[in-house]
Amino acid sequence: MNTPAASASNGPMIEIKRLNKWYGDFHVLRDIDLTVTRGERIVICGPSGSGKSTMIRCINHLEEHQQGEVVVNGIAMTQDVKRIEQIRRHVGMVFQHFNLFPHLSVLENCCLSQVWVQKKPRAEAEATAMEYLERVQIANQAHKYPGQLSGGQQQRVAIARALCMRPDVMLFDEPTSALDPEMIKEVLDVMIELAHEGMTMLCVTHEMGFAKTVADRVIFMDQGQIIEEAPPESFFNNPRSERTRLFLSQILGH
Amino acid sequence: MTSFAANTEMIAAREAPDQRRGVAGWLRANLFSGPINSVVSVITIVILARLLWPFIEWAIVDADWLGSTREDCTGEGACWVFISARFESIVYGFYPEAARWRVDIVFAMLAALIAWLAIPRLPAKRWVGLFALVGFPLVAYYLLVGGHFGLMYVPTREWGGLMLTLTVATVGIVGSLPIGVLLALGRRSSMPLVKGVCVLFIEFWRGVPLITVLFMASVMLPLFVPSEIEFDKLLRALIGIMFFWSAYMAEVVRGGLQAIDKGQNEAGQALGLGYWQRMGLIVLPQALKLVIPGIVNTFIALFKDTSLVLIIGLFDLLAIIRAGLTDTNWLGFATEGYVFAALVFWIFCFSMSRYSQYIERKLHTGHER
Repeated sequence: MNTPAASASNGPMIEIKRLNKWYGDFHVLRDIDLTVTRGERIVICGPSGSGKSTMIRCINHLEEHQQGEVVVNGIAMTQDVKRIEQIRRHVGMVFQHFNLFPHLSVLENCCLSQVWVQKKPRAEAEATAMEYLERVQIANQAHKYPGQLSGGQQQRVAIARALCMRPDVMLFDEPTSALDPEMIKEVLDVMIELAHEGMTMLCVTHEMGFAKTVADRVIFMDQGQIIEEAPPESFFNNPRSERTRLFLSQILGH
Repeated sequence: MTSFAANTEMIAAREAPDQRRGVAGWLRANLFSGPINSVVSVITIVILARLLWPFIEWAIVDADWLGSTREDCTGEGACWVFISARFESIVYGFYPEAARWRVDIVFAMLAALIAWLAIPRLPAKRWVGLFALVGFPLVAYYLLVGGHFGLMYVPTREWGGLMLTLTVATVGIVGSLPIGVLLALGRRSSMPLVKGVCVLFIEFWRGVPLITVLFMASVMLPLFVPSEIEFDKLLRALIGIMFFWSAYMAEVVRGGLQAIDKGQNEAGQALGLGYWQRMGLIVLPQALKLVIPGIVNTFIALFKDTSLVLIIGLFDLLAIIRAGLTDTNWLGFATEGYVFAALVFWIFCFSMSRYSQYIERKLHTGHER
């Protein structure tokens, strides 16, 4: 077997092969095939319940799949807890509801996994945390608690927290859906900047403007399947599938 | 004025209206805000005074405080001489007089440790806490039991009074919380065996009355255990009490665990934290904070129920006072005895209650999500 270090420099970032998942009898993911190359930015959209969140949550094993293969950075996902934790160290995730730790300050939120997972000394962890908080322009709030920040600020902290682990790929699960309209832009700006820096990204989002700006590929999912995948220009201008057209008319039509 | 105009001038912040500060203001706002309220307040105050005054008169005004025999009491009010004359035995039970300094040291250490851990300003909480959980029990054990380092051996049947009550309560409290937390985590485990064992344990101990547990520990257990193995009666009671209350604690903690959004655990997972790290660093700190009232409620119930050990022949604070009532020199002072016992229990329980409220306020980190 390849060592992670050897495989990390070449090959795709993420490989998903014939992924299937059921919730009880409900078939949520059906034969998903997806390969993400290094530095690629992918936007995943689709109606609610189409399995898009479930799919990206399979990449860091927040959801368990029953059939198929998930390979992240050359490491194949198994049931082994150590293996799963090894994969998670390379995969950052940002959630719809931020999921910051409310009992810890912003700075402590960003240091926690550096200290406990990467075993970094406290001072080094704090320096890294401040560097990323600076980049999401929230360093001046480092000593506040999440509950004292606005939604947009919290989501930027959540992005910084994930980046502190220096992940190879970032997963965004509807990062702007829980935000008030005036805060969406500040979060998207951070994500756009991240994309320009070359981060491999998978974003589940309905922000089509974002998709047009940064995506290399847009994936449309419905009923647990990938219906269509295409570069943004052709995806928005000539969608091939009827369902994609219907979906686009519903979210762009007003 | 037209309603389409834009407001160009900002309104300056003004002071809030009069809040009726001070004692007089408070009285006016809360007790005498109107004729009916005033009448109700006056009637309530009169009734309270009528009910409480006789007690105050008996317990304080007419009471006798000084002396050493019952002849020092006039008999009009409470005879606190009964308490002061027996004070030593109320505190130490039958603990040999020559060795009581050992109990004093343990008391002082316990008080100092609690104070150190309870006052946020004092440093090195981690080390003091570690000592309180590991070093202190050892030191306390060797001091109280003796038999080593030239200290006289004092069997636990000679323990009693307040020191026994505090021993049982402290061991119960310190033991039941961690066991309860582990049981609560186990009950939510995805591993069927772990979960099954925890559910069984919790439901068993919660299903039997504490008195039964104590009887079992003192009467039944020796029947099953070979007679060569001598299991200290106090130790058996302590284990019974610890397990019994840990089952309650487990359910209190489980309530807290269920209230934590599962996104918290997922965020921890996504960051690569292991199970015990997620529980210890993320989930438990929030869950335990949420159920502080429930935890302290359990502590208080535990503290008061320590007096049940009297049914298996251990002389805790209440039992020692009861024993004193049968002293032929001091017949007829049951009221004083029970009132004093109640006061001592109340002081400890009320302190725990106040401290928990303080801690809750202190741990509040601004607006919750």
